[in-house]
Amino acid sequence: MQQTAKSQPGAAVGFLRRYSLWIAAAVVVLVLPYIFTSGSSISMMSQMGVMVVFALSYNMLLGQGGMLSFGHAVYFGLGGFFTLHAINGVNNGAWSFPLELMPLVGGLGGLAFGIIFGWISTKRAGVTFALISLGIGELVAASAQMFTDFFGGEGGISTNRVTAANEASIFGFNYGPQIDIYYLVVVWAFLATILIYLLTKTPLGRMANAVRDNPERAQFVGYNPRMVRFAQFSLSGFFAGLAGGLFAIMFEILTAENLGAIQSGSVLLMTYIGGIGIFFGPIIGAILITWLQTSLSAFSEAWVLYFGLMFVFMVMYAPFGISGIIMQHYLPYKTGLLKRLLPAYGIAVIPTLILLVGAVSIVEMGYHISTSYLPSRPMDLFWVSVVATNAWSWIIAGAIFVAGVFACRWSYRKVGRAWDDVNETLVERGLA
Amino acid sequence: MSHDALTLTNVHKRFGPAHIIRGVDLNIPEGERHAIIGPNGAGKSTLFNLISGRFDISDGEIRLHGEAINGLPPHLINRKKLSRSFQITNLFQRMTVFENLRCALLWAHGYGYSFWKMVESQKALNEEAEQLLEKIHLQDKRNTMASLLSYADQRALEIGTTIAGGANVILLDEPTAGMSHTETDYAVQLIREVTEDKTLIMVEHDMGVVFDIADRISVLVYGEIIATDVPEKIRGNARVQEAYLGTGEDAA
Repeated sequence: MQQTAKSQPGAAVGFLRRYSLWIAAAVVVLVLPYIFTSGSSISMMSQMGVMVVFALSYNMLLGQGGMLSFGHAVYFGLGGFFTLHAINGVNNGAWSFPLELMPLVGGLGGLAFGIIFGWISTKRAGVTFALISLGIGELVAASAQMFTDFFGGEGGISTNRVTAANEASIFGFNYGPQIDIYYLVVVWAFLATILIYLLTKTPLGRMANAVRDNPERAQFVGYNPRMVRFAQFSLSGFFAGLAGGLFAIMFEILTAENLGAIQSGSVLLMTYIGGIGIFFGPIIGAILITWLQTSLSAFSEAWVLYFGLMFVFMVMYAPFGISGIIMQHYLPYKTGLLKRLLPAYGIAVIPTLILLVGAVSIVEMGYHISTSYLPSRPMDLFWVSVVATNAWSWIIAGAIFVAGVFACRWSYRKVGRAWDDVNETLVERGLA
Repeated sequence: MSHDALTLTNVHKRFGPAHIIRGVDLNIPEGERHAIIGPNGAGKSTLFNLISGRFDISDGEIRLHGEAINGLPPHLINRKKLSRSFQITNLFQRMTVFENLRCALLWAHGYGYSFWKMVESQKALNEEAEQLLEKIHLQDKRNTMASLLSYADQRALEIGTTIAGGANVILLDEPTAGMSHTETDYAVQLIREVTEDKTLIMVEHDMGVVFDIADRISVLVYGEIIATDVPEKIRGNARVQEAYLGTGEDAA
């Protein structure tokens, strides 16, 4: 037998290889502010970090525990309000606590209410759970209007993080500049991501999956499914509260809206679009949706509509989200079959763009007519000046749209055939 | 004082006006392999559901090693070392074979709801899961998702999950249903191996399996046990032949 001269990799190399993905992620987030230096992009990236934690905490329920919640912003928002009051407490001289650790206050607030509301809602799973979460969301939103001392009523609660940081800070920063906040968010988000990931590897994390798959069987191996759901829910509340605390430090103001149905819906969309089946799915979703919310909203008033359409398409055609699509290509990539898919994808790009141009034109002209003071004034559409009140504009846009639909149907069939071919080959090789 | 492994005293179950189990008395001593047979709709599965706590009884008493267990939820009964399998395969479908077995071991190993330990680094737990995997002969399917297993393999995993927690009273609900001859022989062998020194109660339709494995047999007809005896006596029992085996003669 031939001895291969393979040297045992050293401990440091082993460590680097094993955690390469995490290390790469850490380097990227630390370097990003040197690439995107503008204030608005640093602020957007900070928000992405916050939403990553929020979406991951949401997936602890939906993806890992099989609990569809319509009220997760409750724990995010309450965590945020607790943090604001804690910072104000420092400013009033009521107590002293370093600003860097303030997100923990939010986490504990989220945990406390996760325990209280979790005890009620985890009694049942499935549809009942979803409806209870909706009810609790409405209850807390209504309470926010009543208890104005805590929630601040219409104006919300605001604070000043700089004075609090001058009072007490571990590293001696005053957290005035946005870049300080970015690094604060990054450190916390990184920590939270590691913890949430490790949690999936614990007995509780494994049993959360088990209860998601088959609560009855879980019971017949000795576990009370309700207790599993309850523990998972409470911990998820902690991380949602932590995200809320970071959000509060970043914006220095919160209103009742931040714990309402829109915020709850938004985290559901982020998580789902990113993909609930794979750990990193919600991270992709949070980053992408935050970017879309910020950049699309600057481009178009109809961005909520596009956002909604995107969600509908994902649910219908890619129920495992973006991370699901990525993972679907992993096996073809590993086996070198990806090149059989690429031509079909290349062909499908153009019809898709045509379809999008047609659809967006129709939507934008509709919005222009209904919202503009002077609908007949020309508008810019894909670098072309268009008069939305002219019938020809609509006929052309409609024609582009219809052509796009047919071209898509034709080209997507090609994609389908390419996939059939790849899957057949995989089966032949005994890989699928 | 020693107790029977399982004692049922005058157990009744009603679903609304339907009286499904009508006063069952049954004593199963430690270490016995007991089969429950009977025509379709006799209430065999219902009886299992009552013993394992899936349903609550309407009347009577069920004792496990002398301790009353009726009214307890399934997870508490399971922690008293009574375990069951299901007629329709009931696994953690989106988890691998190994993960299924490891999850079935967690409670017995005392991990409870802990979220500060990594399952990967629990040596004793993983070793036992590997042993269990070997015991049910699924080593080569270790990392296959449960939902992708063949039917016979799913049944084997079902048995593995059932015995995992170290239960000493094991209920198997039709473990060989839907299997071919070879699969059945294999399953019987497996059941013998894994229930050694344990109390086994099984519902089974395949008379070959029943007469092969069971020390004693109970015949359940319309919610009542009409006979409990050793296999040879059951074969010769006139009431049993009339009520149950007789239908087989007609068919033949």
